[in-house]
Amino acid sequence: MPPTPVTGPASTGPASGPGTGHARHAGRPAQDRPRGGPGGGSGRHGRRIRPVSAGSRPGPRRRVARHWPQYLAISPYYLIFTVFMLFPVLYTVYLAFQKWDGIGDMHYVGFQQFRFLWDDPIFWLSVRNTLVIWVLSTVPMLCLALVLAVLVNSTKRLTAFYRVALFIPSITSLVAIAIFFGAVFSNNFGLINAILRSVHMSAVPWMSNEWTIKLVIATLMTWQWTGYNAIIYLAGLQAIPSEVYEAARMDGAGPARIFFSITIPLLRPIILFTVVVSTVTGLQSFTEPQVLFGSEAATNPNSGGPGQAGLTTLLYFYHQAFDNNDFGYGAAIVWAFFLLILLIVLVNWRLVQRKERRP
Amino acid sequence: MNGINRKRVRGLSVHVILMLGVVISVFPFYWIVVMATNTSQDIYSYPPKLWFGGNLLTNIQHLFDKMDFFGSLFNTVVVAVCTTVLVLFFDSLAAFAFAKYDFPGKKFFFGVLLSMYLLPTQLAIIPQYEIMVRLGWLGTLKALVVPAAANAFGIFWMRQYTTTSVPDELLDAARIEGAGFFRLYWHVVLPCVRPALAFLGIYTFIAAWNDYILPLVMLVNPDRLTLQVALAQLYAGHSTDYSMVMSGVLLSVIPLVLVFTFFARGFIADATKGALR
Repeated sequence: MPPTPVTGPASTGPASGPGTGHARHAGRPAQDRPRGGPGGGSGRHGRRIRPVSAGSRPGPRRRVARHWPQYLAISPYYLIFTVFMLFPVLYTVYLAFQKWDGIGDMHYVGFQQFRFLWDDPIFWLSVRNTLVIWVLSTVPMLCLALVLAVLVNSTKRLTAFYRVALFIPSITSLVAIAIFFGAVFSNNFGLINAILRSVHMSAVPWMSNEWTIKLVIATLMTWQWTGYNAIIYLAGLQAIPSEVYEAARMDGAGPARIFFSITIPLLRPIILFTVVVSTVTGLQSFTEPQVLFGSEAATNPNSGGPGQAGLTTLLYFYHQAFDNNDFGYGAAIVWAFFLLILLIVLVNWRLVQRKERRP
Repeated sequence: MNGINRKRVRGLSVHVILMLGVVISVFPFYWIVVMATNTSQDIYSYPPKLWFGGNLLTNIQHLFDKMDFFGSLFNTVVVAVCTTVLVLFFDSLAAFAFAKYDFPGKKFFFGVLLSMYLLPTQLAIIPQYEIMVRLGWLGTLKALVVPAAANAFGIFWMRQYTTTSVPDELLDAARIEGAGFFRLYWHVVLPCVRPALAFLGIYTFIAAWNDYILPLVMLVNPDRLTLQVALAQLYAGHSTDYSMVMSGVLLSVIPLVLVFTFFARGFIADATKGALR
């Protein structure tokens, strides 16, 4: 969870992109819903306490002053947010144009960091690794999740048990699970290779091949998040009224037809939501390769395993910033990467949106 | 008759597939216990041992020699508890203001909350590190707790719940008796929003317990680590002594999973609500 907060960054995912009617409702807290209670405007309460001021409209300054408890109440969040998030994010932009090791003087270098980044083969390798791992994990994860959700939805027995059992991986510590995967997929003594040997197949050097390294990391992510996404889909499935299904069955639609013509279209806003969330969290994989190949970090700061096959962009960023103390270049990497994530989310959005328009 | 049989087979196969999913979900926990209770030699041997052994205590003894388990556990608990308490207090207070009052700039402040939400924390981490150096907080637990205390999701979640679950009549009645904003918060709002606080509390606690990148960057003092960082370092240093490392994994994972299973039903319902609002 989150670095991948279970629900955290999720809830507004869609809200920060260009809106589609449906998705917006799924993602954004109902802002314009009337506040609870009959005629429950809260300005009224404010006036009610001080009947004296009810007649004349107070000036803007008085209005601000009158609401000091509310400002005080929201101030801790905005204070901490400004100091430890907003200012640092903006300062990272500034740093990307400097050369700085964190101790000595800063030197303004213009776009040099970004030019270096453009020509840095390791940066592009890390981007490629990240994208491959993301695709290898997200596609099976969401497909399996949908299947599991449909199956749980089709039965009435044991559903509470299934929900808990499927949800547990998503609250498990990523470090612990990475260590577990490291042991199970170990080249020499791992359980997986022992199973392969017992069925007379040759052992696979999981941790030294470029593709199997990515596969192991992707499997780990799939294991951790499939159940969570299944529970989200399940909530969506349960919201589809059963009359819709009955009507389709009356018209003679088979299970496959019902799934593709009714379930998937009605679930589209939720599918969009899970795609956005898994994109944002999936592209930020860091802990998995860092823990799996941590022991090699001391000898090779760019590591990420043999052939640097597990070097994700965030891991590369971490090495540049905190092992090499190259803060300027680290800032350039992380900003470039953020823009890349944004681009991919927007592309995903357009794809799903276009499908939605099709009759 | 044939139709009924087919229906039954289909129902059964649904459960077979789902059970397979459940087995895959919980298998790692079983296998962690198997590895933590056997010796490393047992794990290396072929065919591998598939059942629990009797070596857990020896493994744990080795673990305690190699790492300051209780120290890291203590640090993790301190970070998780402090973060949770601060988040619950700050977020429910801010949520009350957002849910039940109109004040100048409210739309702007809430908009900031929405738009800053998806920013990856890594965008901020280099300057955060510098700020901690300047404040003298580097290597201390404060460097983890204070930034995590600003939790936008918690404000959304609590605002939603406060809006619908705290009756305006109750607030009005308390106001007539002369209660101000903070007394309303303490005596009316807090008792009403307890269920939402429970979810937010568990969620924040688990997130703080499992956090890795921030402690990895901030906790520069090897004598003061959280469990996750200490475990990762233990694994990096002794990656071949599986049984010892796995006993550490076991001790760090199982309590949380057990506690979670206890609260799971309500938590999962709330988690989907939180995600799908």
